[in-house]
Amino acid sequence: MVRRAIAGFKKYRYLLMELVKKGITLKYRRSYLGLIWTLIEPLLTMVVLTVVFGTLLGNKETTFPVYILCGRLLYSMFSSATTGAMKAIRANGAMIKKVYVPKYLYPLSSVLFNYVIFLLSLIVLFVVALALKIRPTIYLLQGIVPMITILLLSLGVGMILGTFSVFFRDLEYLWNVALMLIMYMCAIFYYPERLLTSGYSYVLKYNPLYCIIANFRSAVFGEPMNIEYAIYAFVFSLVSIVIGFGVFYKEQDKFVLHI
Amino acid sequence: MGKTALKVDDVSIRFNLSREKNDSLKEYVIKFLKREIQYDEFWALRNISFELKKGERLGILGLNGAGKSTLLKIIAGVYKPSSGTVERHGKIAPLLELGAGFDPQYTGSENIFLYGSVLGLSRQFLESKYDEIVEFSELQKFIDVPLKNYSSGMKARLGFSIATVVEPDILILDEVLSVGDAKFRKKSERRVMEMFDKGVTVLFVSHSLDQVEMLCDKAMILDHGQMIAYGDTDKVARVYEKKTL
Repeated sequence: MVRRAIAGFKKYRYLLMELVKKGITLKYRRSYLGLIWTLIEPLLTMVVLTVVFGTLLGNKETTFPVYILCGRLLYSMFSSATTGAMKAIRANGAMIKKVYVPKYLYPLSSVLFNYVIFLLSLIVLFVVALALKIRPTIYLLQGIVPMITILLLSLGVGMILGTFSVFFRDLEYLWNVALMLIMYMCAIFYYPERLLTSGYSYVLKYNPLYCIIANFRSAVFGEPMNIEYAIYAFVFSLVSIVIGFGVFYKEQDKFVLHI
Repeated sequence: MGKTALKVDDVSIRFNLSREKNDSLKEYVIKFLKREIQYDEFWALRNISFELKKGERLGILGLNGAGKSTLLKIIAGVYKPSSGTVERHGKIAPLLELGAGFDPQYTGSENIFLYGSVLGLSRQFLESKYDEIVEFSELQKFIDVPLKNYSSGMKARLGFSIATVVEPDILILDEVLSVGDAKFRKKSERRVMEMFDKGVTVLFVSHSLDQVEMLCDKAMILDHGQMIAYGDTDKVARVYEKKTL
């Protein structure tokens, strides 16, 4: 079975590439600035969030914009990748009904294309960090760990959502609300210390996305990463991938009857 | 006797036609708790078995709703049968509903690569055949226009040109020989005939007995999901004529 899956993947790797490319090209087609939006969009949100949570609420730290940007980039990668994967089967329904293609390619490609956009938008982070005089240190290399974990986590969660949303459309609306809750649980635009020392620290500690963001920040700001967070988020992601692909494989033959 | 190209063994497929559509979670949970989820079972195909040798051409006849397209979709791998197995040997080119993989926002040339990869073709292969595809479709002038501005005939021409650029071992035709205008139809018929000459195995669905008699050496009649006749075309044709009188 594994050998068949690998042979299938080899045969359809061009399709995967085409789908990823399609996601990227179509996202900004017909806009004048095109792909540059991947840079402008996070930059503008960063400005808004800095004004609201920095200037107005009195956070005077000069590196605060970088702090916000780290959280915001990883969060929006997670939210757009999982949302895209969730809708992937239904969005490609016309194709699935008519031609045989390994179905996991659809959610996988939407996670991958959002990841590529995320990687591109890191340029903004790099520029802003240099402008605010944050110098890269050796700890920057540790950034690879959260960056791999976020990909795995998005894929696993995306596969789970993608499977169930075929049968229950309501999930799309529920997940929107859940994403908002997750955003507030990620300490994107506030410092986590007060929450961490309060009785509600589990809100952050058991949130794998917060663990990923925290470790990504420490890489950027030149601090050693939190090994516990890294292991927890990694294991959480692997489990979600196993569950995600498991339910997907079990249910995929029924998809065509529900779209 | 040639080698087996396709073996369909005791294939049945069942669809659950739920009385009400349970699309929302709330309804589903309530009905599940009340044990009220009911389905009407519907066997679209029952116990279909046949075998095609390489180079044989099978015509599938039947009235609307007999299960012809369902059978083709099972053979193409879109549906999974509820029981039974399908063995395929070689490359399949499904000419079912041409252009199903097109994206309306993409241009014609971008769609060649997208649809080609949906059919499992590699980028290198498509690049080498690109000119041939464009030329056959006669869409040179419109190849950089987004597909949403194409007419349905243009889309069908592009789809046909891409799908037939491979040299398949098994060709699945679902009444696509009526693509485009009269001129293109002749051209596409010629192309299909060329493939026939190369010894491709063919599955052909049609309502028209004449077409089947002309193209196929074997035929089958489906009626409400059951195979009621199978054999040489002329014998089956007589049964079909009697049935449709």
